[in-house]
Amino acid sequence: MQVNNEFKPTIVAFCCNWCSYAGADLSGTNRLNYPANVKIIRVPCSCRVNPMFILRAFQRGADGVIICGCHPGDCHYTTGNYYARRRMTLLFSMLDYLGIEKGRTRVEWVSAAEGAKFAATMNEFVETVTKLGENKRLEDLRCKN
Amino acid sequence: MQRIGVFVCWCGTNIAATVDVKAVAEALGKEPGVVFATDYQYMCSQAGQDMIRDAIQEHNLGGVVICSCSPRMHETTFRKTAEKAGLNPYMVEIANIREQCSWIHKDMPTATEKAIILGRAAIAKVHLNAPLTAGESPVTKRALVIGGGIAGIQTALDIADAGFPVDIVEKKPTIGGKMTQIDKTFPTLDCAACILTPKMVEAAQNENIRIFSYSEVDSVKGFVGNFHATIRRKARYVKEDVCTGCGLCTEKCPQKKVPNEFNLGLDNRRAIYIPFAQAVPKVATIDPNYCTMLKSGKCGVCAKVCTAGAIDYKQKDELIEEDYGAIVVATGFNPIKLDHYDEYAYSQSPDVVTSLEFERLMNAAGPTAGTLLRPSDGEHPHTLVFVQCVGSRETRDCGKPYCSKICCMYTAKHAMLCREKYPDTEVYVFYIDVRTPGKNFDEFYRRAVEEYGVHYIKGMVGKVVPENGKLKVQASDLLSNEQIHIDADMVILAAAIEPDESARSIATMLTASMDTNDFFTEAHPKLRPVESPTAGIFLSGVCQGPKDIPETVAQAGAAASKVIGLLAKDHLMCNPCVAEANELMCNGCSSCEKVCPYGAITYSDKEFPGPNRTRVLRRVASVNPAVCQGCGACTVACPSGAMDLKGFSTSQIMAEVDAICK
Amino acid sequence: MQELIKAKAIELLENGTVDRVLGWKTGEFFYDLTPAVFTSREEIEKDFVYSVFSGANLSKYLVKESRKDGKVAAFLKPCDTYSFNQLLKEHRIWRDHVHVVGIACDGMCDMEKIRAYGAKGVLSVERDGDTLKLETLYGPMTMNKADAEAERCICCKSRKLVAYDEKIGEDGDVIENSGRFDMVAKLEAMTPDERYAFWQGELSKCIRCNACRNVCPACTCEKCVFDNPKSGIAQKAAVNSFEESMYHIIRAFHVASRCTDCGECSRVCPQNIPLHLLNRKFIKDINELYGEYQSGADLETRPPLMNFTQEDCEPSVVYERGGKQA
Repeated sequence: MQVNNEFKPTIVAFCCNWCSYAGADLSGTNRLNYPANVKIIRVPCSCRVNPMFILRAFQRGADGVIICGCHPGDCHYTTGNYYARRRMTLLFSMLDYLGIEKGRTRVEWVSAAEGAKFAATMNEFVETVTKLGENKRLEDLRCKN
Repeated sequence: MQRIGVFVCWCGTNIAATVDVKAVAEALGKEPGVVFATDYQYMCSQAGQDMIRDAIQEHNLGGVVICSCSPRMHETTFRKTAEKAGLNPYMVEIANIREQCSWIHKDMPTATEKAIILGRAAIAKVHLNAPLTAGESPVTKRALVIGGGIAGIQTALDIADAGFPVDIVEKKPTIGGKMTQIDKTFPTLDCAACILTPKMVEAAQNENIRIFSYSEVDSVKGFVGNFHATIRRKARYVKEDVCTGCGLCTEKCPQKKVPNEFNLGLDNRRAIYIPFAQAVPKVATIDPNYCTMLKSGKCGVCAKVCTAGAIDYKQKDELIEEDYGAIVVATGFNPIKLDHYDEYAYSQSPDVVTSLEFERLMNAAGPTAGTLLRPSDGEHPHTLVFVQCVGSRETRDCGKPYCSKICCMYTAKHAMLCREKYPDTEVYVFYIDVRTPGKNFDEFYRRAVEEYGVHYIKGMVGKVVPENGKLKVQASDLLSNEQIHIDADMVILAAAIEPDESARSIATMLTASMDTNDFFTEAHPKLRPVESPTAGIFLSGVCQGPKDIPETVAQAGAAASKVIGLLAKDHLMCNPCVAEANELMCNGCSSCEKVCPYGAITYSDKEFPGPNRTRVLRRVASVNPAVCQGCGACTVACPSGAMDLKGFSTSQIMAEVDAICK
Repeated sequence: MQELIKAKAIELLENGTVDRVLGWKTGEFFYDLTPAVFTSREEIEKDFVYSVFSGANLSKYLVKESRKDGKVAAFLKPCDTYSFNQLLKEHRIWRDHVHVVGIACDGMCDMEKIRAYGAKGVLSVERDGDTLKLETLYGPMTMNKADAEAERCICCKSRKLVAYDEKIGEDGDVIENSGRFDMVAKLEAMTPDERYAFWQGELSKCIRCNACRNVCPACTCEKCVFDNPKSGIAQKAAVNSFEESMYHIIRAFHVASRCTDCGECSRVCPQNIPLHLLNRKFIKDINELYGEYQSGADLETRPPLMNFTQEDCEPSVVYERGGKQA
């Protein structure tokens, strides 16, 4: 996919249906730009995000993975994001322990009203990952063209 | 492999201006399994839907991908279209190429490329979709109203009138709420008690209404149509069904120095008390914090004087379990505490009072029997200064950023009543703005100024200093740009109102969301103002935002009509995207059960075929589809992957990941 | 000790308390003891072995054994009793089909260490108090038991038996400063590049023999996700480094907050990959972020990953702590 030398990272964003996906929609409605490398996958709740999904994304060539959910206390399912918070904290810590760059993973709480925050977060995240460069440490080399 | 049809919407120019829709349709048409791909100006229009329907039938499609606006917009529309064409509605997936593509990218090649990838992800997902059927869950035809103020009473009465049983849970010993403490109502100046107390009696006498006074909701489980609540009836140490409300005990009780909360501490009550004469239920309650019998076991006067034998010092809290189909929150408000407003000398001088305290001082049933007297010396005040927006529209931390909405009008009311009853008084009102947007409101305010001669001064009071029995008020007049000094006898502060302190914990219990000020959030600020985003939870009164009485009553009725609409149904369609356990893979380890917020997972021992034709007994999980809400917490907690979520299965999400990262 | 245990095993069988006994017998080599089920006095007298190499954690075998008819006796060392409790907590063992004999333990030995000490052609090892008596092809020799102790026993977390019906010997206490997280802390202090190099070096040795999974008392799934084609991550063979990393990360995550740190994974790894350092990382993080938690210590406490508090730290805590950023 890379045409010129400018590195365009592949970013997967898991967004919960009730807050963050709606927040992403709102940033669209308000025409707030963020890079096209961010592709959103809709999940019912941040607690639906299995660490396997994140590793799989990295394996298949993602350069960064971000998980967005309702703010703690505002989960549509009451407690889902609390579980997600613990799971992701431990997973990220493990990835760091294995020597994977910290900036490639992120959790951000974005409410349905925070379209601006969604766009800002994505811009920031893409910038961080772009600086980190291609994800070599976690990528499955077989999947490269 | 499914036979998939792809439909790319232009959304007029909303999508087509930045996404090359023809190129998207063409590229996606080449994806494996796609047998039909097209584009159209407005897929959601009747013509667009007809096109989808015809294509499903003509090409015998097993899956449909619509590249259009957000699924939050039209997923339901397109699911219905598929259903009309004979396809299971859950075989439709939406690629969001408007909100999450065309509207945020300006460059056509970039947006087109992204739209193709989003389309591919949806195609990859729909390949793994399975037809889903929504189950049905029964509706318990009973409503719970939390809070027994005018909002709760009105909602309960309206629901009861429609023939459904309602329970009101009120934490105070009597229903009635804040309106019982109010003297007269604006802008008509009719007596609050005269219009409220008949409603309280009506609620008590309605055979469809049960009132749990002096009670709190301990826990709520379940979901729309099927809530299960535990109500704690606090021990009032008086048998409610035996007490006649004669009030003899409240006269004989030797503990006389208990601040009377009904009069906001302006006078005292006994340790056993009936809040006010028209209380409903009219029964006595013992205050365990002051009763000497309960504290030290010595006294027992009330039990001796009670001829009915209603006193029971050994009474314990009682827990009541009940099922409900709908819950209405009507938890109301309180004036804010003024501890942080030293500039008004509220804590220093008893003659600086809040508007609600002033309300009691003007009330015939109040501590002064309706004669306006200074709390400090019982003298008749001559100069009164009203200060508006105390804590409202305040950017400092101690105040509230919002307008409390009712203060302008009740201040005008107080000023007017003062001048009417005591023409010898001078009344000043300091305001930032006077807000009178209501029927007959501005007329009312103008009457206060023009007919009653109330001095309205635009400006804030800087300081109130108690000195020689007077209150020295320093203020600025912003219109004449002058400093003003007034020697006042009383200062009345229009304190901001805030949601009751119980609201936060109730919101957590009900999984209803709140805004930063602890007001309950409505499902839609304009189109669904009386519903909470959590299905089955409705909002009534000030718990949702500041309101006056007529607005509260209007919202109470609206909430009731929504509840009636829900309870009128025998069954509700369930969300078919629920978790499901694969029994063959389940370990029975209970990990899923521990994280399930709804208690939807249960375990049973089942026999399975083992090696060599044996039977093996194994503990396996099963999900109640009527209770499961489909969050998916269990799917990640499950180590074996036995738990999966329909509509968002592990393999579907993996397929999307693969399609995006390809 | 062996004689006491064998006598107890025979007693329990013969007085009808149990129908089977779960213990150890010699495998391919004398130091390679493997779990075995005994049903008679003769079998026990002939094959039952308890020695400094009885490291194998028998609790996992109770998942299957306890489901059979009749009762089984199991000899569990302190660390095994933690696994036993955890399995009970997860309803994997039928408690009333098991008679647990707790046996006090002060550390098992590692043949590798004996070899490293300089012993060659070892034919047998016998313990005598603090000394090991070795028979070798080149004659007898002795060494301190302490010098032969397995790594996991040197930093033993607890000598306390947390579950038993009866016990042999006097068990000890939970050991507070076992030093078991020292290596994790050392890794954390490295730069990400160093850590990456360390783990690539270790994990790339993996041959995906699945021994770690097969021995792990927390890995008792009816069907492992890595064997289930529907899970989307099933893998048969290791093709490149990330496949193994992913396998080990997911395995560690699946047992996180359930792993009792028994150390079996590292013991059985034919490639000597320090797999316990992955599990210990999770345990250390959980202890630091969510409060001390030892799985298997009791039957009631909720595992931290199935629990939460409203005040939990945010995942961004990872960016702020740990090793230096590259």
